[in-house]
Amino acid sequence: MWVDLIVIGVKLAFGLVVLLTTVPIMVWVERRGSALIQDRLGPNRVGPLGLFQPIVDVVKLLAKEVITPAGVRPLLYILAPAIAVIVALSTFIAIPIGKDSGLELFGHAVNGFIVAPDLNIGLLYVFAIASFGVYPLLLAGWSSDNKYALLGGVRASAQAISYEIAMIIAIVGVLMSSGTLRLQQIVDAQSGVWMGFLPHWNVFSQPIGALIFMVAVFAETNRLPFDLPEADAELVAGYHTEYSSIRFAAFYMSEYLHMTVAASLVTVLFLGGWNLPWIDIPFEGWAGALLSMGVFGIKVATLLWFFVWVRWTLPRFRYDQLMALGWKVMVPLAVLNFLWVGVAMALGYM
Amino acid sequence: MDHYVPILIFTLIAVSVPIIILMIAKVVRFGSYDPVKAEPYECGIEATSFALDTRFSIRYYLIAVLFVVFDVETIFLFPWAVVFDELALFGFIEMMVFLAILLVGYLYAWRRGALEWA
Repeated sequence: MWVDLIVIGVKLAFGLVVLLTTVPIMVWVERRGSALIQDRLGPNRVGPLGLFQPIVDVVKLLAKEVITPAGVRPLLYILAPAIAVIVALSTFIAIPIGKDSGLELFGHAVNGFIVAPDLNIGLLYVFAIASFGVYPLLLAGWSSDNKYALLGGVRASAQAISYEIAMIIAIVGVLMSSGTLRLQQIVDAQSGVWMGFLPHWNVFSQPIGALIFMVAVFAETNRLPFDLPEADAELVAGYHTEYSSIRFAAFYMSEYLHMTVAASLVTVLFLGGWNLPWIDIPFEGWAGALLSMGVFGIKVATLLWFFVWVRWTLPRFRYDQLMALGWKVMVPLAVLNFLWVGVAMALGYM
Repeated sequence: MDHYVPILIFTLIAVSVPIIILMIAKVVRFGSYDPVKAEPYECGIEATSFALDTRFSIRYYLIAVLFVVFDVETIFLFPWAVVFDELALFGFIEMMVFLAILLVGYLYAWRRGALEWA
């Protein structure tokens, strides 16, 4: 009992540290990456290669004055950034970041580095919590007593719920081919090869679903080319216009946390999790646990770099184009994807 | 049941993280209150009206209603997809009928211009 609790505690601390560490690293990668793409230098003064810049940023944000504008609804105004962080943190916990390699400690199964092992409704849990992500956007916009914030808030929530539909229909195909909601089994179902030469990852067997999920993820995380809610040219900063200091930092942090969570989800659902292409490794013992986590981490890091790359490459959509893409293109294509999976499974191709 | 203990504990941690962060802001308080600072931002001039009096497009409401319809649909898709292998052809055809009915609604909404933003 106590050993179990200690193991859970250690793993929770580990997961939290890993997740929170990605935020400053991503801030650094984004700033240096944007500089690289735009042929600038970027932050390079604080520490080697500007690596300590995010820490200085945090100190600066802490030192800023906390301003609560006169017209806000205080409770909702404070609640919005808090919910944003809570949602981003709690979704991550159900995602397996490494293989359960059968480790034991004092005669107790440790389940590798997976924090919440073998959750029978894993995927449903992740999306149920992730859906709460709409509330902070709407609450922040609504409670701020600011026209830009209000418009940004309604835009953000409309965009989030529109793309959520395409996103959820896109993963129906994954559920069909793996026949489970357990994220570990979804990853295990993607081991081996498909059609003789391709890795059996869902991205190869369901390319449309993977593409739609990826696009929807960009829209859900409010990243360019879908950053209409905070389009700085027209809405100042969108729903967090009236937030300053540490409250703004909470929104900022939740955005990067969402990116990490989204990249992990894409890895689990479509990129085969910790499976290496063409190579079958049993992943046993401590080495196996660490190796599987490393493979997973590399995939997530690649995806995160892709996020940055896209942001500094593509221009922003117009709002009507955004909604038209979501409802008229993504939803029918997502339905088409799982019809394809159904037919392919019936014919024995999957 | 055991599988949900970590979830419960982590939810508590997740809730306490933003509380701690926002408490830090309470402790480390710089600057002073000023009525001008507390004005809502609007191009640097005084706000012309209370923000919630601003009218925004009715289409946002329409999108919310459509979302409810289609999100409920996806709820039905989930359990079907998980046991798809066992349902075989019968289940597949049944879902096609369900989708056909939804498609009619979808096309109706499209034809009526619910998805247009012009």
